[in-house]
Amino acid sequence: MSNYAIETQDLGRVYKIRGNKKERAIRKELVALEGVNLTVGRGELFGLLGPNGAGKTTLIKILTTLLAPTSGWARVAAHDVSQSPHLVRPRINMVSGGESSGYGLLTVRENLWMFSQFYGMNSKVANERIKELLKMVGLEDRIHTKSSDLSTGLRQKMNIVRGFLTDPEVLFLDEPTLGLDVGASRDVRKLIRGWLDANKSRTLLLTTHYMVEAEELCDRVAIINKGQVLACDTPANLKHKLQRDAIFEVETSPLNGWSPSTLEEQPEVRKAASRQIEGGSKLELILAEESALANVINVLTQKNIKVMRLTKREPTLEDVFMDLVGARMEDMEQGGEE
Amino acid sequence: MNRSETSRSFTMATWLGWQVESNWTDPFLFAIYVVIKPLATAAILVVMYSIITNGDYASPLFPYIYLGNAFYIYVGAVMTGVSWAVIDDREHYKTLKYMYIAPISIPFYWLGRGVSRFLIGTIAVVITVGVGALFFNLPLNLAQVNWGLFFVSLFVGVTMLAMIGLILASLTLMMAQQNFFVGEAVAGALYLFSGAIFPLEVLPAWIRPVGYAMPITYWLELMRRSLIGGVAQAFPTLAEFSNLQLLGILTGLTLLFGIVSVFTFRWCDHRARERGLIDHTTNY
Repeated sequence: MSNYAIETQDLGRVYKIRGNKKERAIRKELVALEGVNLTVGRGELFGLLGPNGAGKTTLIKILTTLLAPTSGWARVAAHDVSQSPHLVRPRINMVSGGESSGYGLLTVRENLWMFSQFYGMNSKVANERIKELLKMVGLEDRIHTKSSDLSTGLRQKMNIVRGFLTDPEVLFLDEPTLGLDVGASRDVRKLIRGWLDANKSRTLLLTTHYMVEAEELCDRVAIINKGQVLACDTPANLKHKLQRDAIFEVETSPLNGWSPSTLEEQPEVRKAASRQIEGGSKLELILAEESALANVINVLTQKNIKVMRLTKREPTLEDVFMDLVGARMEDMEQGGEE
Repeated sequence: MNRSETSRSFTMATWLGWQVESNWTDPFLFAIYVVIKPLATAAILVVMYSIITNGDYASPLFPYIYLGNAFYIYVGAVMTGVSWAVIDDREHYKTLKYMYIAPISIPFYWLGRGVSRFLIGTIAVVITVGVGALFFNLPLNLAQVNWGLFFVSLFVGVTMLAMIGLILASLTLMMAQQNFFVGEAVAGALYLFSGAIFPLEVLPAWIRPVGYAMPITYWLELMRRSLIGGVAQAFPTLAEFSNLQLLGILTGLTLLFGIVSVFTFRWCDHRARERGLIDHTTNY
């Protein structure tokens, strides 16, 4: 038996996009994944971190046998997802966040019980587990509520329970906390951690674009952008690579159209990005040498930009992402949906 | 795992299908809907027939048309019931991908989803035939019904319709858009050529082979013969065939459609995964 719960080798996926009626002859290609090589060990909580459109969902679709790759191969629970999907399916489950799937005419219990039966679970065991899991996510008082009467967030919780209910070898959670409030997200994160702690051989692959979630939960994280894996390591190791750098946050007066990326022309300024805050902007700087800060301040002064506050801080996964991609994930989110 | 994959796929899908079909309103309204719909269909048919033939209910054409239409209810119900499951799960409930990754047999799941419509269709057929016998002089004598032929033909015929439904469901899997009425469109198209509303002789000679190639034509003829015997043979369409020959043709064609449905499913499943259509939603 393979030591890996998930393995991919040169995995790629290209979508062929047909144009509208006038452009039918023109076929465009969209590279959603390219040369993805990953290994996820059994018992690991592995995170895929990337902005919308990075290829996270495409990768999950391939790994869950919903989509065929156009190049390379992938194995889940030691079985090839393309050649033996029927051997992969009994060993996995998946939940996608941000959607309100489920049979609205059925109650919460009926929805969950039905899926447990499709997985061949004993009915009595399934009912007990449904109660237990619903209690863990604070949904026990809605067990007999029709799922159409649940809010989007509560429906999402129900779906998350569906994923854990069958106790799969490998569980795929695609943006599980997307759209959930703070409390609900905390319940879900607790459920995830608790499930893995109770089942050391179980593996969980989680996609998220919430840095804090990845940092808090994941044993290892792969940063993915434009279909390519840019880095893969533990959150601590990823951040450690930046620890020789100095990371500063500079709150300034409005930039008035000036682009902070021009700061990267300065020696020892590795990355510079900005976002608007109330009354001005916040610059985030990754400097190879702390001394480069003086040059940055000079440039800002020349541009008549006032420095209101300067903070040096420890690197985060957001900094790692910015270092690898050259932009903050939040800014990239506006680029497009997957 | 306490049950086989095919068994649990079929039985749970049957349960789900019944919940979906019967729970959209309260039980009383549902019962009224189930009863009123076939009554209205029968009434429309009888009124139309009455106007065209000046109320000649004694003509063998009346039971021919009446029973053809009554049993044609199954065609729409079973074919659409099976293929609609794809659209319903993918577009409406957004659960198709979760069904797909579950360890179930997808074809048996779809067939199970069609059972509820078959049951509702059965109620409609029984009501329609009963009303015909009670109020419109349909020459139905329960003592003279060939029950053996009836049940065997019904079983083989419904299996045949389920196989066609499976082919449509597989094709629906591949269609990202405008797939909502595939089942109904096909049922509507077959209506003209299968001897449901008129004998095939009424059709131009060049188009009759379409009717002869379709198993529904033989099935409807068998249902008529099993219920009203000789009256059904008043039309020369299939008169030269014995009951056994008709049943043989129907069974052969059902097997053929069964084989075609397996290959169609495999091909469509493969293509849908290649093209990423399993969870592709459009504009429900």
